[in-house]
Amino acid sequence: MSELLAEVAAWFAAEGRWSLTDSGGVPFRTAQHLYVSVTATVLAVLIAIPPALVLAHRRTAEAFASAVVNIGRAIPSFGLIVIFWLIAARTGWLGTDFWPLVGALVALALPPIFTNTYTAVREVDAPTVEAARGMGYDETRILTEIELPLATPVMLAGVRLAFVQVIATTAIGAIVTNGGGLGRYIVDGFAQGVGGRATVIGGALLLGALTLLAEAGFGGLQRLLTPTGVRRDTPVQDVTVGAAG
Amino acid sequence: MSGAAVVVAGLGQPAWSSVPGGVVAQAQRPLFEWDWVVRNGGRIWDATLEHLYLTGMAVGIGLAASLLLAVVALRYRRLYAPIIAVGGLLYTLPSLALFALLLPLVGISVTNAVIALTTYTILILVRNIVTGIDGVPAEVVEAAQGMGYQRRRLFLEIELPLALPVIIAGLRIASVTVIGLVTVTALLGLGGLGSFILTGFRVLPPFPTQIVVGTVLSVALAVLVDLLLLALEKALTPWSRRKATV
Repeated sequence: MSELLAEVAAWFAAEGRWSLTDSGGVPFRTAQHLYVSVTATVLAVLIAIPPALVLAHRRTAEAFASAVVNIGRAIPSFGLIVIFWLIAARTGWLGTDFWPLVGALVALALPPIFTNTYTAVREVDAPTVEAARGMGYDETRILTEIELPLATPVMLAGVRLAFVQVIATTAIGAIVTNGGGLGRYIVDGFAQGVGGRATVIGGALLLGALTLLAEAGFGGLQRLLTPTGVRRDTPVQDVTVGAAG
Repeated sequence: MSGAAVVVAGLGQPAWSSVPGGVVAQAQRPLFEWDWVVRNGGRIWDATLEHLYLTGMAVGIGLAASLLLAVVALRYRRLYAPIIAVGGLLYTLPSLALFALLLPLVGISVTNAVIALTTYTILILVRNIVTGIDGVPAEVVEAAQGMGYQRRRLFLEIELPLALPVIIAGLRIASVTVIGLVTVTALLGLGGLGSFILTGFRVLPPFPTQIVVGTVLSVALAVLVDLLLLALEKALTPWSRRKATV
């Protein structure tokens, strides 16, 4: 075990490992990882939240909202990434590295974001909405000024869940594309067999650290985005558990 | 690391990476070939069984561990938050990182896959067991205590059965999650149906049929297990028509 620790330490200290310009270095891979994950999460937020808000406000599509998260959980992320890659490879459209992976990640992030947003709006206290209506708020103002701020904590919990899941799944993307960020170390290390074990473990430590830091960082963002009036002392638990990556 | 050779053969740079023009320039296989499915029925069946075996081991061990942790958390309330925090940490860690970090301890093996997969069930199961038992009406517990039920009998004969709908709801989420993740263990030379996804991607030219079969059957397995657990819940709780909410 101590021999392995020395190997891992040597791996971390290897020349060019922390170089800012080397595409095999930790800074580049970390930046690539975050770039892919953030792009996918932002796209999923833009696609999922508007319809979820409107449908929840209109009190329709309830069955769809609860089914979508179950369906999302059943789809294996690995299979989805390979299918997106296959489509990209056959059509020669948008390249085989970045967009197929981002596309698969968006598809995986949509269900938890949609369902949490939907649930968040539905859970807004009905008398509050009625009071606003009685005060003459029209439906658009009710949605944007009453329901949206009150739903923000639960909604953001859903986005955080999706973001963490996307970071984990981006690493799986390294099996398939060149866009897998830190997952690249793990996959390449596995491919080298015993000789690659320091690479595998170094990559895994970096990936674990990135995931935990990203989750903590998102917690800060959550506090920043939550309207002061609805802040609570205890952190909001996600309503639905998304898929693990 | 006896499995290392398999993994080396299965990974690394894809065969087409050295071909000019890469994968795009290659001749293409049809999107779906039924005769491949027919010819490989036995292999598909074996992979399905491996998939179920890995899922069953992970969820079974996860359930046993979670029951133990839930009993501890119910008895010593202060421990609930730390147990959930550790469960959350394990749930957050990417599967790829877990397989890798287990490497020095258990090598590339079924044990590696099962341990990693098990960690994803703990958070969901402990939370649902504790929530389920907390949801048992106080008057029911008091009535049982009034009838002379001791702690152990109260737990096993009153609280646990009444919490079953919520516990099974957790079991369904955990099983479906694990079935999806089993495909990633293809990296360890296992993978169940995920091995088709990996092979279909690796060969030259890519083999869409294998990718589709691996993915679609994995989804089908998840839906099937979900429905079976739902049926189990109905069978085990004939007195209950209320829906599990967690």
